Amino acid sequence: MINIIWAAMAVIGIVYAALFGNMDAVNKAIFQSADDAVALTIGLVSVLVFWLGIMKVAEQAGMLKMLAKALSPLISRIFPEVPKDHPAMGYILSNITANLFGLGNAATPMGIKAMKELKNLSGSNEASRSMITFMAINTAGLTLIPSTVIAIRLKYGSASPTEIVGPTLLATIIGLTGALCLDRLFYYLDRRKSG
Amino acid sequence: MSILTGISVWLIPLFIATVLVVATIKRVPAYEAFVEGGKEGAKMALSLLPFLVGMIVAISILRSSGALDAAIGLIAPFLAYIGVPSEILPLALIRPISGTAALGMTTDIISSFGADSFIGRLAATMQGSTDTTLYILTVYFGAVGINRMKYALKVGLLADLIGIIASIIIVTIIFG
Repeated sequence: MINIIWAAMAVIGIVYAALFGNMDAVNKAIFQSADDAVALTIGLVSVLVFWLGIMKVAEQAGMLKMLAKALSPLISRIFPEVPKDHPAMGYILSNITANLFGLGNAATPMGIKAMKELKNLSGSNEASRSMITFMAINTAGLTLIPSTVIAIRLKYGSASPTEIVGPTLLATIIGLTGALCLDRLFYYLDRRKSG
Repeated sequence: MSILTGISVWLIPLFIATVLVVATIKRVPAYEAFVEGGKEGAKMALSLLPFLVGMIVAISILRSSGALDAAIGLIAPFLAYIGVPSEILPLALIRPISGTAALGMTTDIISSFGADSFIGRLAATMQGSTDTTLYILTVYFGAVGINRMKYALKVGLLADLIGIIASIIIVTIIFG
């Protein structure tokens, strides 16, 4: 599906530009955005190196195991296929915690690391049930305090910049619940289809 | 607000200090472990590069051609009919695709309609309660070499739709 969506985005864009004479802009955008993507990756290097370094120390000090054990009763319901004290649990929890506190820079490396551990568990190049559940939690956009949005509201003279915290949290919870339900639904549909 | 920003400034340094203290007490070779983890991070970042270039270029072709704006123009009248301001539609469409573009649009909506307008609050809530599904899929699955995503994309995009609809309903009830 991702193959089709990816090709479709580019092809639709090029055909549309051909029909409406925007080919110039498309041509520029191709090279500019490739450049941007490289800059984005380089920006990720420092974050990934630093956080995976710190998390390795935390892992070797046994802190991830402790965290995983403490919160596993809750999380193991959501991830039934991950053993209780597997390192994946620790990384999943670190990712969720970092997301909740709006520490996006720390959340991404831990999320990737969690995926890597989940891949070790499944041992295949196909997305496993746990991986998709974990992805669903992340795309639902967990946030306790949407600090970037608050900052923008503050900048544009809102009388009460934080008043959207409650509605945002509520919307996030509904989105998360929806994501987890859909995840379950598609998992069972998929299993039935493949027998 | 100041307490909240205070917490997030303290959180990371405190976390790092705690990790290093615990590691030292447990006689873990902290620096060596850091370097080992960091090497893994460097490798990961490099392996991500082609995934990000591919995805970002395709998205930017779609946007720069004007096709995305045209699609928005087609759906907007229908939304206006059910009472959703059509100015919010570009944000709802771009949010799952591009995080920076969505942030730009949110800023634009807030600056042109006002932070405390209905649409300004809606944009803020939408921005805060969803995340960039396509980016997360690309980065998380790309970095570990998952090439068959199965139903992941469907779940991610439908979850975005739920989050967006929930934002509209909640903001309408609370601030409408």
